Amino acid sequence: MKAIKNIGLVIFLVGLAIFTALPVIGTFKIDQATFDQMAQDQGFAKSELFVEAMQKNVVGKEFQGIQQLSPLVTEALETANATNKKNKAYKKVIYTKPNDMVSSIGKKSGAGYIVENKGLMWFLTFGLGIIGALMFILPNVILLGKKGIKNNGIYHESATNQGWIAWMVFIFLVAFYVILYFAPQYAVNWTYLVDPISESLSGNPAGHWFVYGFMYCVVMTVMAVRMYIKYRHNVYQMVRTTSVLFFQIVFAFLIPEIMVRLQMPYYDFKNAFPLDYDFFFQWNIKSLMNSGGIGLFILVWGIVLTLVVVPVMVYFFGKRWYCSWVCGCGGLAETLGDPYRQHSSKSLFSWKIERWLIHGVLVFAVGMTLMTLYSFFTDTGMVLGLKTSSVQNTYSTMIGAVFAGVIGTGFYPIFGNRMWCRFGCPLAAYLGFVQRFKSRFRITTNGGQCISCGNCSTYCEQGIDVRAYAQKGENIVRSSCVGCGVCSAVCPRGVLKLENGPLEGRINPTEVLLGNDVDLMDLVNKK
Amino acid sequence: MEHIVIIGNGIAGVSAARHIRKNSDKKITIVSTETEYFFSRTALMYVYMGHMKFEHTQPYENWFWKKNRIDLIKGFVTKVDHQNKKLVLKEGGELAYDKLIIATGSKPNKFGWPGQDLKGVQGLYHRQDLEQLEANAPNNKVCNRAVIVGGGLIGIELAEMLVTRNIPVTFLVRETSFWNGVLPKGESALINEHIAEHHIDLRLATNLVEIISDENGRAKAVTTDKGDTIECNVVGLTAGVSPNVDFLKASGIELGRGVKVNRFLETNIPDVYAIGDCAEQHEAIGNRRPIEAVWYTGRMMGETLAQTICGNRRSYNPGHWFNSAKFLDIEYQTYGWVFSERGMKEYEQHFHWRHATEKICITVSFDKNTKKFLGINTFGIRMRHTIFDRWLTEERGVDYVMEYLKDANFDPEFYKVYEGEILSAYNAEFGTSITPKKKSWKRIFSTT
Repeated sequence: MKAIKNIGLVIFLVGLAIFTALPVIGTFKIDQATFDQMAQDQGFAKSELFVEAMQKNVVGKEFQGIQQLSPLVTEALETANATNKKNKAYKKVIYTKPNDMVSSIGKKSGAGYIVENKGLMWFLTFGLGIIGALMFILPNVILLGKKGIKNNGIYHESATNQGWIAWMVFIFLVAFYVILYFAPQYAVNWTYLVDPISESLSGNPAGHWFVYGFMYCVVMTVMAVRMYIKYRHNVYQMVRTTSVLFFQIVFAFLIPEIMVRLQMPYYDFKNAFPLDYDFFFQWNIKSLMNSGGIGLFILVWGIVLTLVVVPVMVYFFGKRWYCSWVCGCGGLAETLGDPYRQHSSKSLFSWKIERWLIHGVLVFAVGMTLMTLYSFFTDTGMVLGLKTSSVQNTYSTMIGAVFAGVIGTGFYPIFGNRMWCRFGCPLAAYLGFVQRFKSRFRITTNGGQCISCGNCSTYCEQGIDVRAYAQKGENIVRSSCVGCGVCSAVCPRGVLKLENGPLEGRINPTEVLLGNDVDLMDLVNKK
Repeated sequence: MEHIVIIGNGIAGVSAARHIRKNSDKKITIVSTETEYFFSRTALMYVYMGHMKFEHTQPYENWFWKKNRIDLIKGFVTKVDHQNKKLVLKEGGELAYDKLIIATGSKPNKFGWPGQDLKGVQGLYHRQDLEQLEANAPNNKVCNRAVIVGGGLIGIELAEMLVTRNIPVTFLVRETSFWNGVLPKGESALINEHIAEHHIDLRLATNLVEIISDENGRAKAVTTDKGDTIECNVVGLTAGVSPNVDFLKASGIELGRGVKVNRFLETNIPDVYAIGDCAEQHEAIGNRRPIEAVWYTGRMMGETLAQTICGNRRSYNPGHWFNSAKFLDIEYQTYGWVFSERGMKEYEQHFHWRHATEKICITVSFDKNTKKFLGINTFGIRMRHTIFDRWLTEERGVDYVMEYLKDANFDPEFYKVYEGEILSAYNAEFGTSITPKKKSWKRIFSTT
């Protein structure tokens, strides 16, 4: 069994190594005909200076690795734009960002082994990764022994105790997200691997976001297998994992791609504003309004989802229905992130930061949206002296990319798996208000049974000091709780239960716990 | 300002300190030699197993004590001078008090076995024992086999710990079945089987005779009264605990096995109290033992005494008995009284149900004459404390408990429920025809 695991690990690492090498290898060569076609399709033919520079330095030449091609295109674009601006030829300025320009040109100019062997290359990366990971995970059915909580050795292993392996994973994930958000041209080779899949779904070749979406589903599926094995005694965890996997694959991945094939707007029906922060952006509203009945339906659904569905569901089930049953961010955190859940800080200091930060982001998101809507309806670009588009860009970069992406997932191995959900997600903040003040959900503490061991607090991914409540006999009613149910699972004494009950008595501060003299209890609790 | 000094920073002492602080502005000092800060003793096992780091066993952050003006002194009290109301510390110096709370807990039992003080022989109680175990048994190369002596809760925890590091364990248990002085035989048998499932070499009705030393004064084997010699590198002595009160022998404070206290937790000396594992009631309360070495009772004594210290004199008046434990993968809870065959009252009768394949069972105890419900043990099913506490207070009959058993289920959502199966077994055994009532939030959360 151990041998199978080790072989699996090697296979996985080979796949990972090939995947990691892809951004900097491969041959790129764009021929005249393709370039001319692109110039027409993408409208950059208007900038003769850019076309000229490209003709001279790029077209018909062969480049090894995107890093050779990238500076030439960037320079051509920037020089052309600068000259055109200087000459006040504003109509000739190309507003595509250099990185995106390199990506789209790179995508068309890939040549050689990788492009000609997409299927094989998929197998050597994704395929080996999946096979290796499953070989590593599946033997646990036997190795973990009898069913039950098996957190043995978590704090002895480098990977799960912030050791060097964790730091390597940290660096890898951060780099991956930096490429994804800030240097997509390096993802061009990855897109070739999934072109066949993308074409079969939406009919279009894959972009780097398709790579991400596909990879997201693959990673979640493989790590869900791990969850199924680890928590095979716990039906709540099994059902929850299945739910979150279903919503990711069907709602976040398949439906939007198929909608594109059907000439409909790309839309994830479960992605609620304000997590879906650009829902009210001008381009989105316009695109929806131009998409006929389905566009209008999405517009109405998006608003109803946030204003009605979300709070009503939170009232009945707590915010867990979204955060740990439906949401994609939560889904990744609960599968890929599960081995790191113990790293969330439980200090009071962290809680203070959390409250300022997450509610700050909510205010930012709502403020930005109000500006956007004001700009949309009054047709102005400025609100109170601020340029709407700059505020949007700041949010997209700082919150959408850096916080949700780079920090949100990249920081898993060191800071825990819910950095974004705990400190940043504006939707979680909104759901949290409802959960804290008007919801049937609570984690019930079982009378006086707590022994203060600390397993619940240690494994709370949201950094809630669960024990602080349990040892006082108080129910846990916290806005940040996503209802993952792991505190209840790891409790050795059956103290915690997630449940939806009556509002009355949900919050139950006690001074003396159940089990002690009844009169005394009455005395101090009624005081 | 009145100065309250507490010896011992376990759950009893710390509960007292916290509640005194809640209700008063008195000066509070806690003296302990074991650790700087309060930690959960019951969680030590999880540190060795790698579930947690030691710091995770500390329920309060380090700033908590200063913020709440609870002074901590790391020191060992060698003498209590109650005439002059002061303590003498081993590290030097004296500490004056106005009121003294003794909460020094327990120490592991040693019964004079030959070789009991050899290297590699240890108990599992203190923080220091954990460190010692880490040194004695870091892995199965250093420790090829461990022998555990004493089949109680600490023994099985120690076995579980060692198994997680793939160290072979031989478990010597004096009784004919695991913990059958406490558990009825069906439950005890279930745990025997579960121990075997974990590949622990359980030897029932077997006593330790001698621990044999190697040339360096380290344990290398044990011999048993069955005539076996078992080679090993570590011997765990887990044959119960007794009050940690040796330092009080010459103090004039009345001692039995522990510090003798009345129902107000007062000793024979004015302004000196004892709580937790080290306190011994002059007369046992109800079916309880005079010395209760349980986490919950330590906490409850601390809560009670804090009221007295703050001018609200209260007797220690614990409610219905409850307890819990975990045997490897099986959670155990108990509410009310369910005695083993050995301790069973003459009026007591049991209904036992066990799942056909899973390691799940319950035992319900009731009065055979009046059918009054007396208590329940559950293995592998979580039950709701408040519900059983209420039913015991209301002196419900066993039929009622069976009928409303769904209200008491505390398993996580979506778990398979067994009330139907349990009830049909009950009906078959006792010729009743009870149908189960649906779970009702209204009943569960009703306050009367």
